[in-house]
Amino acid sequence: MRSIIKDGQVVTDSWAVLRPDENGKLPEVAPERDVIVPFSAWKAEPSAWQNRAGQVAVWLAPDDEPGELAGHLTSFPLLAVDFPAFTDGRGYSIGRLLRERYHYRGELRALGDVWQDLVHYLWQVGFNSFEIKEGKALEDALKGFGTFSERYHSTWREPEPLFRRRNTNHKSVA
Amino acid sequence: MYRYDEVDYRIVRERVEQFRDQTRRFLAGELSEDEFRPLRLMNGLYIQRHAPMFRIAIPYGHLASRQLRRLAHIARTYDKGYGHFTTRQNMQFNWPALERVPDILSELADVEMHSIQTSGNCVRNTTTDAFAGVAADELIDPRPYCEIIRQWSTLHPEFAFLPRKFKIAVSGSVDDRAATLVHDVGLHVVRAADGEIGFKVIVGGGLGRTPIVGEVIREFLPTRHILTYLDAILRVYNRYGRRDNKFKARIKILVKALTPQGFAAKVEDEWLHLKDGAATLRDEDVAHYASFFGAPAYETLSPNPEAFTAKLAEDRAFARWVEQNTRTHRQPGYRSVVLSLKKTGVPPGDITAEQMEAVADWSERFGFGEVRVAHEQNVILPDIKESDLYEVWQLARSQGFATPNIGLLTDIICCPGGDFCSLANARSIPVAEAIQRKFDDLDYLHDLGEIDCNFSGCMNACGHHHIGNIGILGVDKNGEEWYQITLGGSQGNHTAIGKVIGPSFAQADVPLAFEKIMNLYVEQRQDGERFIETVRRIGLEPFKERVYAKHH
Ligand code: SF4
Repeated sequence: MRSIIKDGQVVTDSWAVLRPDENGKLPEVAPERDVIVPFSAWKAEPSAWQNRAGQVAVWLAPDDEPGELAGHLTSFPLLAVDFPAFTDGRGYSIGRLLRERYHYRGELRALGDVWQDLVHYLWQVGFNSFEIKEGKALEDALKGFGTFSERYHSTWREPEPLFRRRNTNHKSVA
Repeated sequence: MYRYDEVDYRIVRERVEQFRDQTRRFLAGELSEDEFRPLRLMNGLYIQRHAPMFRIAIPYGHLASRQLRRLAHIARTYDKGYGHFTTRQNMQFNWPALERVPDILSELADVEMHSIQTSGNCVRNTTTDAFAGVAADELIDPRPYCEIIRQWSTLHPEFAFLPRKFKIAVSGSVDDRAATLVHDVGLHVVRAADGEIGFKVIVGGGLGRTPIVGEVIREFLPTRHILTYLDAILRVYNRYGRRDNKFKARIKILVKALTPQGFAAKVEDEWLHLKDGAATLRDEDVAHYASFFGAPAYETLSPNPEAFTAKLAEDRAFARWVEQNTRTHRQPGYRSVVLSLKKTGVPPGDITAEQMEAVADWSERFGFGEVRVAHEQNVILPDIKESDLYEVWQLARSQGFATPNIGLLTDIICCPGGDFCSLANARSIPVAEAIQRKFDDLDYLHDLGEIDCNFSGCMNACGHHHIGNIGILGVDKNGEEWYQITLGGSQGNHTAIGKVIGPSFAQADVPLAFEKIMNLYVEQRQDGERFIETVRRIGLEPFKERVYAKHH
């Protein structure tokens, strides 16, 4: 059990993230354990994973195609996206696509190089749980959510962009 | 000009506090160098040759007089009393201390300024025509759209970590003065047959190592769709742009790899589900932003008043300055004045605190308190009455701004080069100065006519040398500074990438090569042909022969 951030709270979490070793092999885990497996591994044998006693979720690498999951989204209680380096921003687009284009409603978790200065953006594009990088304090990461109290854009959290809210709140509509 | 409301202020202030905290954590060892670097870059802070280099955004080149005064104050208090205007309408300071940058940001926030996304792999400052709103050939005023794009790009949560930097330019006039063909995205206004206004969308232009003219991926995009369409373009780039090699990471490489048609198809597919979404602009949204850019309270004047024409007739130097350094205005009796930052002996684009304050004063006294920064690194007073021009000229002379060389050979667009930039192969400033000295005879300079000369200290091409009619690139030859000359580049509607004329030159030989090129042009030009027209007509060969001919 370790702690993650979920919906703005520190909570303990029992999902095991399975990552392949250098030979591409996934670690062995007890069948009743809840696991988050690489999308490529799940694609290879979806029914084998689905028939385990524990729950199964998948994590997407930055170059995975979220559209391939479109028909299966309701079967996952959780999806995760990996950020191998925080400077690799592809996962933000994956988050928005899963939420906005494919209407995924379950838990969406950010894994990898995830910490205080990133959680705000991740939250905006639809992530709601965060496995904070080793060595970074969860308490610090929590502060990241409050960095900005407003934003300009249409996001999954707040589809109405600021310019529309401005025009209804502060000005009579022409 | 756009004015911040409470929310704009709050966002910028929160950004300052965020950066203050990031700097503190870095200095306390809580953030590693690798973690801090992208964060500080996103706030315009480089670590350079002498000290950090700090870049401040001047959105689409617009400055209010009080903002210019604040920049003067920052130059004096935190730097060495001067700043540098870049080719992207921003201002750079070369000597600030890292620990004091949060304080500079706080000073900027007071006057509605910031340094958000002035570097780093994110959407940079949106640029436009420096004469927006006053140009006679404008179809629409691009500034409301620039501000809309500025807000959209500011802290966009999906696009903070792109493969590489991303630059957008908007042109609202028929004649493209915003270089839309050499930006990652260029939006160039078009009017459809039914009168509807929209933008032509150009993608994948750019200079740098792989200079390339952009491709049109959509001939007509109704203005209301610009944000959803930009989201679609950026998403395709964010997901598929190369991240394995920083020299191949710009969108132009992706557009090439997918072909423009292939890229356009991906964008259109992505746009299908974004189109008509909440980010679509309603008429009242555009009207809200346009309301900030209404015409100032111009007086009703007749053009060419007696006081002006009399001075033109009696003072030849004044007449020359008017001809070269002022532009026609859409309001009768007014002109736009270009203050030259290309005086011989001063690094191109540099401006002292005292000069900034003088410009701020004049903009209030003679205009409406507004100043523009041109991507050619000059400063513009957009609204000056013709009857005031003589006085403005005298004042400009007193501050060293009146060199009558706008658009001429010595109006060199020049990056900071090896004197300041740690990436440089060669110094640019002393060489630019040597060229200016070679052509210091004003009659000869005017006779040569319009020539865009651009200078970059390395292949990153910050001085846009590829699109100079004559371009110079600093190269490194076994640790020595050498210079390559290109001819035939141009910007605007006929954007072209210049071609290298041959082996590079030692520093001392560059002015002589210029002289030979100009001599040949003067011999070869046909009735009133501009330099670029002669180059296009006769080609590079005759220039090569002349420049590389053996001495007898
Ligand atoms: S062109 Fe090269 S030398 Fe000049 S400013 Fe850019 S990076 Fe520096």
